Amino acid sequence: MNSDPTIKTMRDVLIEAIYKKMALDERVFFLSADFGAPALDKLRKDFGDRFINVGIAEQNLVNIATGLALEDCIVYAYAIAPFLTMRAYEQIRLSLSISAQVKPVNVNLIGVGGGLSYDVAGPTHHCLEDISLMRLLPNMTVFSPSDWKLAENFFDYSFDKKTPKYFRLDGKPVSLIYDKVGDLDFEKGFYELVNGDRTCLVSTGYLTHRALKAAKETPGVGLIDVFMLKPLDEKRLFETLKKYANVITLEEAFVNNGGLDCLISKILSDNQSGIKLKRMGVNDKHVFELGSRNYLHMLNNLDDESIIKTIKEFSF
Amino acid sequence: MDNLFLKEKALWVRKETLNIHGIAPGTRLASSLSDVEIFVVLYYGGILKFDPKNVNWEGRDRFIISKGHGAISLYPILADLGFFDKNELTRISQPEALLGDIPDSRIPGFETTNGALGHGLGVACGMALALKKKKSDSKIFVLMGDGELCEGAVWEAIMFAGQRKLDNLSLIIDNNKISMLDYCQNIIDLEPLEDKFSVFKWQVKRIDGHNIAEVYESLKKIKEGGNGQPNVLIADTVKGKGVCQLENDVLCHIKSLKKDEIIEAIKNLR
Repeated sequence: MNSDPTIKTMRDVLIEAIYKKMALDERVFFLSADFGAPALDKLRKDFGDRFINVGIAEQNLVNIATGLALEDCIVYAYAIAPFLTMRAYEQIRLSLSISAQVKPVNVNLIGVGGGLSYDVAGPTHHCLEDISLMRLLPNMTVFSPSDWKLAENFFDYSFDKKTPKYFRLDGKPVSLIYDKVGDLDFEKGFYELVNGDRTCLVSTGYLTHRALKAAKETPGVGLIDVFMLKPLDEKRLFETLKKYANVITLEEAFVNNGGLDCLISKILSDNQSGIKLKRMGVNDKHVFELGSRNYLHMLNNLDDESIIKTIKEFSF
Repeated sequence: MDNLFLKEKALWVRKETLNIHGIAPGTRLASSLSDVEIFVVLYYGGILKFDPKNVNWEGRDRFIISKGHGAISLYPILADLGFFDKNELTRISQPEALLGDIPDSRIPGFETTNGALGHGLGVACGMALALKKKKSDSKIFVLMGDGELCEGAVWEAIMFAGQRKLDNLSLIIDNNKISMLDYCQNIIDLEPLEDKFSVFKWQVKRIDGHNIAEVYESLKKIKEGGNGQPNVLIADTVKGKGVCQLENDVLCHIKSLKKDEIIEAIKNLR
């Protein structure tokens, strides 16, 4: 139990928000692939008829969620991120992505453990492909928050939206970034946390915490947190980026394979921009090494020191 | 129920299905001939509640055709009942057509898009939960091929439906015994199928899927439901039923008939 009330897991915050909606709205269902959370115990107890544990069966989780949503229910389908997005990929493609082009389905995939959250569990539990895979599918909304307040706000914003959504939640408790930020524009999809002049860090999820630290320590370095990977207002993002000479992307994901880096590269290329791009993330190898998340970051040049070193080497 | 009327309808559906195949030779003809009596009884036998003019009518029964490719024979039925214009049958899979080789959920009367196999039953389980929650009298029917039972996700749904006692859900297996490349028993032999379902807490009945009276009585009974278990009807059928060029050909799944063969097949329909 941590004593700092500003540090929370995204999943517990989200489950508490879902709990409140379930109390008011009989259409809300919570499905789990036998995956829990401290905040889930109360929900399971109080809404036994609308909490459904489908068992360790992510494929069925997505299909059952779809069937409920086709009957106008609002469904939260909860599982460990890599299993949800990859074991059930065809279910997501057929039942959600394809189906949503014809009929509205309010299915919310809650994947816990984006990136290297499950550090010591090894490559089976790491989730470095989900950004690319979910972004690839038409009609999907892909949300990647960096703090729990963002997750809570997005929940309120998206509750009534009858589209399939993927929530890429971190597995570890995180501190607040958006405590002093007012209303967020989810249609814009990003927020410039630090206004810089020459070099801009563009990050998503957990690494926004490291990027924020680096930006604060390095005068002139800006930071944009991209929390909507799809859809994203590319035009406004370029408007914000164009004042910079250098952009460094940061993500707990494989680089050069369709993630945030490729999204930014595409925006720079479409706008025939001369802005230089450096991609930071996990290179094309699974991470078998064991150790803390910090250690895994060190091995993949994603730790604080490596980020600052990259900024210095890359910005001129 | 007037069995003679239903038998005549089945004959007419086979003829129309062959005509459709003549227009769209990529359609899966043999798979669409083994389930004809099932479709006829569901739609003309008063089993399914539906409203062609209001396809999303809340009180309708839900019918999910998990073996999407094998539903070409449903096209003439839906057109005949007024779900869409009969002219659609003449331009299948052509630009701007409503109907394709494999049906999708844009077509009035199709709840879901299937064709990628093994998805229908899981989605139906979700619908069954929702209808129970709404205290709806509507039922959910799913049609699945026996070859499709090799998909793992099907068994996730079978286990779930039994555990959750989804007695508003009925599964019909078009047990035509042939998958794409071989007889099912040579690929993964799941017989006796009854045992597989009963251990997962389903009510099981095996019938002759081409015997109109038997199909009707069984569907009527499972429609009544209320026995605290999901129902499965194993309908023993013949792949390519009614067309001698297809029946008993292990590779009939991918077989297309030429124009003259179609004319001959229609002439020989009984």
